[in-house]
Order: sequence, then structure tokens, then C-alpha cells
Amino acid sequence: MKRESIDITLEGQTLHSLLPVAKKQKSERMASSSPHTSSPYVSHPSAGNSPHLDRSAVDYRQLGCVENWEDKPHRAPYPAYPQGAEEDWSITQEPSVEDWEYTPHTQQSEMGRANRSMEGWNMLSIPQRSADEWGNQDWGNLPHHVVLQVFRNLSLVQRVRASSVCRRWNEVFHIPDLWRRFEFELNQPATSYLRSTHPDLIQQIIKRHSKHLHYVSFKVDSCTQSAEAACDILSQLVNCTIKTLGLISTARPSFMDVSQSHFASALTVVFVNSKSLSSIKIDDTPVDDPSLKVLVANNSDTLKLLKMSSCPHVSPAGILCVADKCHGLKELALNYHLLSDELLLALSSEKHVHLDHLRIDVVSENPSQMLFHSIKRSSWDALVRHSPKVKIVMYFFLLDDIEFEPFFREEAPVTHLYFGQTVSKAMLGRIGLNCPRLEELVVCANGLHPLDEELIRIGERCKRLSAIGLGECQVTGTGFVEFVKMCGKRLTQLSIMEEVLVPDDGYSNMEQIHTEVSKHLGRTWFPDMMPTW
Amino acid sequence: MVVNSVHWFRKGLRLHDNPALQEALNGADTVRCVYILDPWFAGSANVGINRWRFLLESLEDLDSSLRNLNSRLFVVRGQPANVFPRLFKEWNVTRLTFEYDSEPYGKERDGAIIKMAQEFRVETIVRNSHTLYNLDRIIEMNNCPPLTVKNHLVIELNNGSPPLTFKRFQALVNGLELPTKPLPTVTREQMDSCRTKIADNHDEHYSVPSLEELGFNTQGLGPAVWKGGESEALDRLNKHLDRKAWVANFERPRINICSLMASPTGLSPYLRFGCLSCRVFYYNLRDLYMKLRKHCSPPLSLFGQLLWREFFYTAGTNNPNFDRMEGNPICVQIPWDHNPEALAKWAEGRTGFPWIDAIMTQLRQEGWIHHLARHAVACFLTRGDLWISWESGMRVFEELLLDADWSVNAGSWMWLSCSAFFQQFFHCYCPVGFGRRTDPSGDYIRRYIPKLKDYPNQYIYEPWRAPASVQKAANCIVGVDYPKPMINHAEGSRLNIERMKQVYQQLSHYRGLSLLASVPTIQEEAEPLPTDDSQASSSTCESPPHPSPAQSNSLKRGWPSETQGSQRHSYSKQQHTSSSGRDQEQWAEQQPVEEPVDTQ
Repeated sequence: MKRESIDITLEGQTLHSLLPVAKKQKSERMASSSPHTSSPYVSHPSAGNSPHLDRSAVDYRQLGCVENWEDKPHRAPYPAYPQGAEEDWSITQEPSVEDWEYTPHTQQSEMGRANRSMEGWNMLSIPQRSADEWGNQDWGNLPHHVVLQVFRNLSLVQRVRASSVCRRWNEVFHIPDLWRRFEFELNQPATSYLRSTHPDLIQQIIKRHSKHLHYVSFKVDSCTQSAEAACDILSQLVNCTIKTLGLISTARPSFMDVSQSHFASALTVVFVNSKSLSSIKIDDTPVDDPSLKVLVANNSDTLKLLKMSSCPHVSPAGILCVADKCHGLKELALNYHLLSDELLLALSSEKHVHLDHLRIDVVSENPSQMLFHSIKRSSWDALVRHSPKVKIVMYFFLLDDIEFEPFFREEAPVTHLYFGQTVSKAMLGRIGLNCPRLEELVVCANGLHPLDEELIRIGERCKRLSAIGLGECQVTGTGFVEFVKMCGKRLTQLSIMEEVLVPDDGYSNMEQIHTEVSKHLGRTWFPDMMPTW
Repeated sequence: MVVNSVHWFRKGLRLHDNPALQEALNGADTVRCVYILDPWFAGSANVGINRWRFLLESLEDLDSSLRNLNSRLFVVRGQPANVFPRLFKEWNVTRLTFEYDSEPYGKERDGAIIKMAQEFRVETIVRNSHTLYNLDRIIEMNNCPPLTVKNHLVIELNNGSPPLTFKRFQALVNGLELPTKPLPTVTREQMDSCRTKIADNHDEHYSVPSLEELGFNTQGLGPAVWKGGESEALDRLNKHLDRKAWVANFERPRINICSLMASPTGLSPYLRFGCLSCRVFYYNLRDLYMKLRKHCSPPLSLFGQLLWREFFYTAGTNNPNFDRMEGNPICVQIPWDHNPEALAKWAEGRTGFPWIDAIMTQLRQEGWIHHLARHAVACFLTRGDLWISWESGMRVFEELLLDADWSVNAGSWMWLSCSAFFQQFFHCYCPVGFGRRTDPSGDYIRRYIPKLKDYPNQYIYEPWRAPASVQKAANCIVGVDYPKPMINHAEGSRLNIERMKQVYQQLSHYRGLSLLASVPTIQEEAEPLPTDDSQASSSTCESPPHPSPAQSNSLKRGWPSETQGSQRHSYSKQQHTSSSGRDQEQWAEQQPVEEPVDTQ
């Protein structure tokens, strides 16, 4: 087989430089032929009529093509949110359920992650061997699994290029393993600067690789058309075995603007056809009870993660049905109005696996009229008895003090609390009394009265508290230092806006507070600052 | 040899502490003070009438001060690149002086002018006086020694990476010697020694233009709340210091309704246009502090505002894309929404949130708003509610805000939208609660939105919640006379906090539940600061008041217009170990090395 030179850019280096032997080979060849002819397909994809090329590779080139995909303006070199290599909930990175949001990270698993990314490096630098070992090996004869490994580290565009090198590589290109995940990006130029997945590519995937897809996500901008396009694609994913499905709005939630019937029918196509769905993220969508029923009917054995914050068409009964039937459900995110004693009990039934993570959003209507219901202590207790390690995360977006009345009157096993907008002083007082499992507390705003007492009580009674953030609140220097002293080094995250701290008799200036707090934390600490300009 | 100087005013519109102007005067036979503006450009530029008025008033003041010294200001119409060749010939110019401009656009423009001057055999002298410190010096300190990071990767930060956190910046500044002392104001004697004949028809060619000449319609334009000019600036400085002396408290004052209003001791627009020298302000403040505090040397926090300004100048000086998200290496890429309609509502004060609308009205009418008010509206536009790019907000401020400097404006917007500088993003200003806590009376709202003046305090921050009878009694029906709120803040902030979390978790590679831990740890604060050696060797970099060979070297280094574009550096080492190159690919996929494990 004829050797082809490869010009694949990797981490800013070319494979040539990573593979010293290849470099040598290339330079030999370069001596006899012009650089252009040494890699005709790479620099001139339009000339792709080589007998070595598989037809399917040509297909991709004809998409209009490699060059076009790449010619689109590149975003800044990093932190590339839209094109980022990884996503928050990570369909693209690690397809396991845990990784979507929550894994009880141990030090080890963090290390594992780091090692893995290093492995990529090591693997690419394999050819530390001597030239002899490689001898006259033919590039086309590289074992499948080696090429596969290399391909895994390439982006799709790079794989397309590499696939036109030779038949063997082209075969590898189509290995189903390389088509397990795909992220459809659907944006309109008028509402987003993000790029969209090329329509021809979408068609190719649906036609050729949809059956390989396991992890599928849709990222849409705030335009309804984008969400509708996503639904159209969903409706065509009939011959699939999707495990993970995510619908993500990058700006305003546009799925909410899609007609409910269109959305429901698209979603149920996936629910019915992919019978082993394990993770579903459908926050801010018009999913409804009947769709959930279909989900349960087809995927009850496999469902592990369901995120559906702010899905107004789901009723408490609808989610209860999911909890009753899907005994493997480990992570659940929903709004408070769907939370009920029955739901907690269902999640705590003997048949049910331990729950890992429950996320609850408490959002007030505008204007707020209804008062929130409360959850019985016995239901919470049942949940924690059943799942002792469960993390319960509550985000509050309430405006009036009165809206906080029903919460934390009794002991509740919440672990992470976030108060957007404001939170009443009384509520913070109750948290100190009734939230013994609390690990993180974030308060965006309170009032003008010092929170010393409340904070000290929280420090005293919430023995697991390790992270706290305070925005527009006030705490006296003395009170704050007392609180930090109480928690000591377990406070790994301490984010306090500078204005929060009020110097008092005990600590008359900021420097004293910094020093004292740093001493108790065992590390240098400063409050967060905002520009005064 | 005859020395004919031209001093080119841009910023630095003052006669006190003006080292470049002093250079123009030094041994010269004639000196002309020039300001160049393009009246045709004025109307179309994205700069509002208040800012133009402030500039023209400053020029008037400069002209009248020069008159007192038997000289005049030459306001030349045109573009610098076209104007200078003509002036060089006409006036037989041998020396051109101007203040150093640290901003990328300014550096490029000045570089071209210097080159042109060379062709005309005109000597150019450039002096730093718009910032306290030599910014390149701070950047230099930030970059030595090179970073060594574990995993055997040694990351050579490109020269030119500025400190990315304010803390780091403060630490660097702490290691610097004090800023150069200000120079005295230009005297009559100095001017007399290089008197230039003023033509009788001077006003015909070189007068300060009126707003009308620039194409503005001044009908209905109220009196200026902020009057431009050096005289006003010095007057305010005195009042500012008097008040500080009287209060004898150097802590930052807590915000209340008074702080929201334009203050007769406010200085920021004057620093922006250089009507007031930041070094004069610095040393006056320092002297006052030492006088009142028995010669204690003041803490850095005394100069808070000046240092923030300096910080953003430093961050922007080598980054031509500092004012945009795309191609800006320090800016987090956030998938903001495009929504011109919502943007217009915000910019014109029609959001339906009186607190936001009052602030935007004050900004439009007067050209200045308190920094916390800036936080409030910036948060509302970006990460708090509307999820619209900070770039759009920055452009509106650029039009309306008197003290909007390119660097400071862009830097503040990136900061407030949590797009750079490692901000915790949890804190989101509530467009109702924040205002109510700041001014419970609501009088600030009543002043800027008279329509709402009869609303009771209880409802003035959220008139849509007032019962119909109250709305009627106040003669202002929400949805008719005053807009309904354009967004449900509770819902909006819920969505946005999730999005910010997504963005930041991607940066930090953190996957846990903690919101606070989603923000990447700040690498640079852990980095060692340069040793004393490097500081000592650098002291020549600070511009001394009089020219010296060392200084001309440092000035040469001030024009590194080459190589700036290619710089890149990363937030943290994680960025380096991850596939930063691949991030750019459209289908970048970080494949796990092992097979996807089916979770049974």
C-alpha cells in the first residue's frame, strides 16, 4: 500500500513531529517529489478521486466540505464554551450517568481524570522507540486498534481528513465506536454567534450513523426555529439505541416555544425507539405527563438520571409515576412544586436504588401569590434512611420574606443551599437549627442587619459546612472571625464580598480581619472585590 | 538651531503635571499646543452629546488658561495622519511631544505618527502621565520568573501577560517604588521664553468648535451636571480633599441615596480626560492621609479607585481585542443571546424595573452613575437577567458615560459580567432588592422617573405589584404609562446561574455539586512575586521628570506594536494540559481513553 503523508495537527504539533520516523520517511519522499504531491488529499480535497479512497469518504468531502467547515471563524483559543471539548453535563466527555452532574468525587477519581488526559499525551508520543523497531512498517498496516486510538484523539474534521489517507484508515473512520456521541448545534445567525452543525452532516449522521449513537445532545439558541429543528431531528432518530439524551438551551429556553404536541411527539420517538435510555436532561422544556408515561413504559429498567427543572407541564402525579416505576433512578432534578411526600417515599421504597442526588429549584411566580407547601420531616427521614449519602441541593429564587415561611421549620437533610435574590434573616436562623447535613451555603443578599448570630449558629451546628458565599449581607468583623474560627480549615470555599464585612470594635480594619481569618483557615484569604469604577 | 515645538493634546487636557508639554517647552523657540479633531467624524462616532460637551468645555478651559499665558490652543480640524504633514511644513516643526497612550489603538496610531515625524526629521518626545505607573514595568514583573507547573510542563508565559487578578496587581504595585512625583504647572515665564505669534485670524482657523459645528442638535439640552476642564477639576480636587479631611475617614463610604447622585467632589470624568493628573490626586491624597494619621504610610486601599483604573489599563495595554469576546484571550466565551429589542429597552430605560430604568436615565441625562449602579445595570443586562453580551453594554456606556475609558470600560464590563478575572459568579444583583436596600425611600427613582413619583415606597421598586387602585391613585398604570417588567427576574436568574455554572465548570473541570467550587482556582496568586533584584534593576524604567538616556530606552520599549497579536496565555495550568488546540474545532470531542462504560 502506498504511504501517504499525514498532516494532522495535534496540540499544535503535527504528527510528523510526534513521530520521528514518519518525519524521516516524509523528508525522504519530499526529496523526490514536491510537497504538494506528497499529500494531495489533504491540501486539495477537491482532487479526491484517488483509487484508494472509499466512496464514503468522498461523501464527506462533498458535503461542501472539510474546508468549509473549517473556514468558519474560529472562536477565541480558549475557554471555548460553545465548541468546548467538554460540557457541563458531559455527554461529550464521559458518558457515565455520574458525570452528568454529580459524582461523589473522591480525590482518586479526580486523579484518575487527570491521568486519563495525560494518557492521551503518552499515547501520542508512543514512537519514542528507535527507528529500527518501526523499520519498514507501513502506515496503512498500523493495527486497527492503534489507528482507532489515534482517531479517538482527533476532532471530527481531523478524522475526516485522516480517513482519506487510505482504505484501512477509512474503515476505522466508520467504526461505530467513533460515532457513539454527537452534539447537534442548532443556532440562527440572528440570535446567536455560535456555529451550527452543517445540515448535510446532520443528514449523514441520521442516515449512516444514527444506529451507533449512544450519547446525543442538542444545543439550541434562543430562537424557536432552532428548537423546532432539534425536534425534527429527534423525530428521525428511530433506529437508535440512545442511552443519553440532552436538550440544552444556551440562551433563553426556546424549547418552551415549540408547540407542545410537536415536542411531545419528537421526544416520544426517542423514548419508544431507544429502549435503554439511562440519562435524560430536559430542563426548561414542555415535556408533559403522557410523555413521561411513555418514557416509563419503555425505559423503566435503565433510567438513572432525569433532569427536568422548570418543566411546567409535568404534574406531581407525573413525576411520581416515574419514581414508582424507575427503580434505578439515582439522580433527579425538578422544581419544588413537583416535590411531594409521596415522591420522597417512592424514592425511598425498598425496591428503589439509593438516590445520589436530588436537585430542587424553588422559584416564585411573578407576582407571587401562592404559598409553598411543606414537606414532612418523616418523608425526609425516610429518604435519608434509604439513601444515607444522598445530596440534596436546593436553589431558592424568592423575593418576599413571607415566601420562606414553610421551609426548614423542621429538620431537613439538605446539603447545598443557594439563595438567589434575597433570603430572610429568620430563614437563615432556622437553617442553623434544622440543616445538620449542610455542606454549602450561598446567600446572594440579605438585609442591612448583621447576620452574626445566624452565621455563628450555622458554624456551630452544621458540622459538615465546607463552603460559604455571601453577597449583599452584613457581618461584623468579630462575628465573622468567630464563625471562621468555629469552622476552621474545613471551610475550603469562603467567598465573601468585601462590603459584607463591617469593621467593629473587635476588628477595626479590614487588614486585621484578613489576617485573623487567614490564620484560622490555614491559608491566605481575602474577600472578593468589585471594581469601584 | 531653532526649536519649534508642537505639543499634541489628546487626553491629558491640562497644564499641571504635564511632562510631555514641559518637554515641548524645554529650550524651545516656539511652542504650539494642538488638539486635533475631525468634525465630520464627530457626529457619526458612537460618542454621546454629553461626552462631546465635556471635551469641548475642557478644550475651552485649556484655551483660556493658555490665553492667560499669552498663548492659545490650536484646534486643528482633520485626522492626525493628514494634519501633521501639513503642520510640520507650515510651522517648520522640529519637535513633537505628546503624552503616552497605553491603549492598543493609541499605540498603533502614535507609532505611525512617530514614523511620519521621523520622515520629516521631527524629534518626538513621549512621556507617561495618564497612569500612575509604567504599565509595561508591571507586566514585566508579572512575567518573571517563568512559571513552572507540575506534569513536567514548563509554561513560558509570553512576555506581555498582564496580571489577571486585582490581588496580584496590588501585590505587584506594592513591590514598586512610588509613582513619579507630579510636575508643577506651566508658568508664564516658561511660555514667554518660547512665545509664538498668534495670528489675528486664529479663531477663524483654530477655535474650539461648538456642539452645533459638530452637528449636534442642542435644543432642549439641559445644563451640564459635569462641567469639563482643568479649572473645574482642580476645584473639585480641593473640595474632595476638604471633605476627606473633614470626615477624616478613609474607609470606603457605605452607599446611600446621596452616593447615587452626581457629587460636586466626583473626579472620575476629569481623570478620564486628563483634566486632572492622577499623580496629583495620588500625592494629595497620600499627603493628607499622612498628615491626619501622624505620618503613617497609607494602605493601598486608600487609592482604590486609582488602582482599579490602573489595573484595567494594564490588562488592556497589550490586548487589541480587550473590548470584545472573540479573539480575546482573557475573556470567557459565553453563549450570550442576541436580542436587539431587549438591549434597546435596557439602554433607553424601558425595562419596567424602576431601579434599572432610573439608573439608565441618569446615565443618559448626566453622563455619570455610581459604581454600584453600574454593577446593577451591568448585571441586569448580562449574567443576571437578559443574558446579553457585555460588549453591547460596553458600547452603550462608551456613548454615554463621561469617564468611560476604553480599557476601564471594557475591563469593568468583563468583570461585572464575570467574563474574566476569575470572579465568583454566584452574586447576582436583584433589580428590585438591591435598589430598595440602597435607597428605601425611592427618592432616587422619583427623581429620574417622575412618572412614578406618586407611588408609595412599598411599591416604587416593583410598581407592577401595586393593586390597581394604587396604580390609579398614582396616575401611572403599569403596562400603559410605565412598562411592565420585561422579564421575571426569579426565572431569569435561575436560568442564568445554571448557564454560568456550565461555563465555569467547563473551565475548572469541576463536576461536583458545589457552586463556589465551579470557579477555577486562581493560579497566579500562588506564583512567586519577582525578587528585589529585578525591582532594583528596573527603577530606571519609571519616567523621571527630565529626559535621560535610560528613559528614551524605556520609551522605545513602549512601542512594542509588533508581536502583540499573537500572544496567548491561559487561565491556569489546566488549560494547558487540556486540548486547547482542539477547543477550536467544531466537533471537538474529548474522547475518554477507555470505552464508554455502559451503566447497567
